[in-house]
Amino acid sequence: MSRDQILGNIRRALQRTAPPETAPLEARLREPPTGPIPARGQLPQPERIELFLAMAKRASASTARVADAAAVPGAVAEFLARENLPARLKLAPDPALTGLPWESRPLIEISTGASAGNDPVSLGHAIAGIAETGTLMLASGPMGPSTLNFLPDTEIVLLSAADVVGGLEEAWRLLRGRLPAGQLPRTVNFITGPSRSADIGQKLQLGAHGPRRLHIILVGE
Amino acid sequence: MLGSTPLEFKDEAKLALADANLQKALAGMDDTFVAWRASAVERLPEFEALRDAAKGIKDHALANLDFYLERFAGNVEAGGGKVHWCADADAARAAVLAICRRVGARTVTKGKTMIGEEIAINEHLEANGITPVETDLGEYIIQLRHETPSHLIAPAIHLTVEQVGETFREAHRDLDPQRPLVDPGDMLTEARVKLRKSFLAADVGITGANFLIAETGSTVIVTNEGNGDLTQILPRVHIVIASIEKIVPTLNDASTILRVLARSATGQEMSVYTTFSTGPRRPGDLDGPEEFHVVLLDNGRTALLGTEFADMLRCIRCGACLDHCPVYQKVGGHAYGWVYSGPMGAVLTPGLIGIEKATPLPNASTFCGRCESVCPMRIPLPKMLRHWREREFERHLTPSRYRAGMALWGFLARHPRLYRLGSGLAGRFLGALGRRRGAFRSLPLAGGWTAYRDMPAPEGPSFQQLWAKRRR
Repeated sequence: MSRDQILGNIRRALQRTAPPETAPLEARLREPPTGPIPARGQLPQPERIELFLAMAKRASASTARVADAAAVPGAVAEFLARENLPARLKLAPDPALTGLPWESRPLIEISTGASAGNDPVSLGHAIAGIAETGTLMLASGPMGPSTLNFLPDTEIVLLSAADVVGGLEEAWRLLRGRLPAGQLPRTVNFITGPSRSADIGQKLQLGAHGPRRLHIILVGE
Repeated sequence: MLGSTPLEFKDEAKLALADANLQKALAGMDDTFVAWRASAVERLPEFEALRDAAKGIKDHALANLDFYLERFAGNVEAGGGKVHWCADADAARAAVLAICRRVGARTVTKGKTMIGEEIAINEHLEANGITPVETDLGEYIIQLRHETPSHLIAPAIHLTVEQVGETFREAHRDLDPQRPLVDPGDMLTEARVKLRKSFLAADVGITGANFLIAETGSTVIVTNEGNGDLTQILPRVHIVIASIEKIVPTLNDASTILRVLARSATGQEMSVYTTFSTGPRRPGDLDGPEEFHVVLLDNGRTALLGTEFADMLRCIRCGACLDHCPVYQKVGGHAYGWVYSGPMGAVLTPGLIGIEKATPLPNASTFCGRCESVCPMRIPLPKMLRHWREREFERHLTPSRYRAGMALWGFLARHPRLYRLGSGLAGRFLGALGRRRGAFRSLPLAGGWTAYRDMPAPEGPSFQQLWAKRRR
């Protein structure tokens, strides 16, 4: 059997004469050590938010800031108008999104759910924003279909200012704190700017297979 | 090993140097990948410390590979996935085909995977009536051209923009043949529209993995296009094919290595999409695959563990050593004759297919050391190339002329008086002969050197004479 063959080869190569001492390895898995966190990933507020916005822009995302959730539909409408995009929005079925006052923007056609490939614009809700690199963290689940992150031409993501963290490790901590038990969601996406490729002539082009535009609406102070 | 031609390196390299398209396509690498990496490194003062930490993590994982692989496999299966342990390429091909057949797959979309190249999965699926569709833009282009990737992360780097345009005009016959195809952006859009249909129609999606996480049983892909994600969330079945050394213990460990990966590869702070996949879709999930399989491949890696080549197993396939190699920059990836090219290929290929089938590769290096200086995992590539050369010598795989020359030099080096006498005479003789021009256009026994450059004529005292004088 291949499994025993591979593990046997490894043990021979590592010259294991006895079963390995697993207690320190178990301990390392229980309390995972953290590597060096760059200084820029350890900034206090409000510098952390400034850095997040600057890094996201550097990765070719666009950003907007609003004071509270009630202002999100207006910010979405403004973005769609400015970019000359269809006023048709597919929402992740997350109360933080479906509960927004969309009735104040009756011209935007709203639906919710996963995407089958015919939604021009999606709106998702990030678990966290990572200041170090301008990255969004989104997770799959009943409230977060992953297809919304990839099939639409334009992706809009709502991010609460309170969820902007320094580095990846903090984002993992935040996600795990919100999970009922143990297991990670099926898909955790870290997204840094819109889709791109430099596969033709080493010339960077935006809009490969995923969204051509990524717009981040940061809510709160 | 299927379709491998590393033994023809010298001939292939000559053809590559004479290929005007290839030379044009590769010409800009110092201004793109090399410059992009340099500026990313400059922006991050902690980069060197992160390289040390990343190396330490992989060393730890490899020293406990059995423990972490078992933990990984246990966690995949606890989460509803299935792990297929495969000792070699045949076993991996069979495992993938069996899954595809069981679910009645007709088309399979693929994210970029070098392990897929290593086991030649496309050929195997095609031979069994299943259509594989490459979805990474570079891979899509070379699939249309029936070529193999020539770079770890930029598979079509050997092609000019014009060649890609011609390829699309040839392949996309349903589109207006008169359409302009000069702008890479237009070509990208064309491929995007074409591939969108394939994404939605595929029965199975195959991706590789940049990391396997023991702590959670997750697999990780790092991409810029989003094709790898569409490949794994749309079809009913997601198959990950990955080699065993991709394992890292924890999410935090992967986070540390991610900080050096994208910066070394493309100079990005982070690639656009870094995706952690854990098991199949959960009850209540609105999308995602119903089945999740991990094909775990050895294919010669355990034979490197515990040898002087074990450091190679730290490699994260960023491509920096290719980008910075003066040999790769001139001959491209295809000359290396198999899946892996550049300095990492020159070390890994002999390890995986046997040194007797890859003798030229460890010699395709000037030992300039640029590869090691940029390797995020601090892999001592020149040292390992030297180890391969030693093995070639020990196993009498080097040509007899080299061996005779080395034997002569070895003899002289062990007899300093003879060495001084011989080199002094030769120096004076050549110096006198070449005084007028200052250089030789050709020299007997040195045609390999003088074919491409002049050999300067010796002048003045030798290094040993100067050294002796200074010490007095």
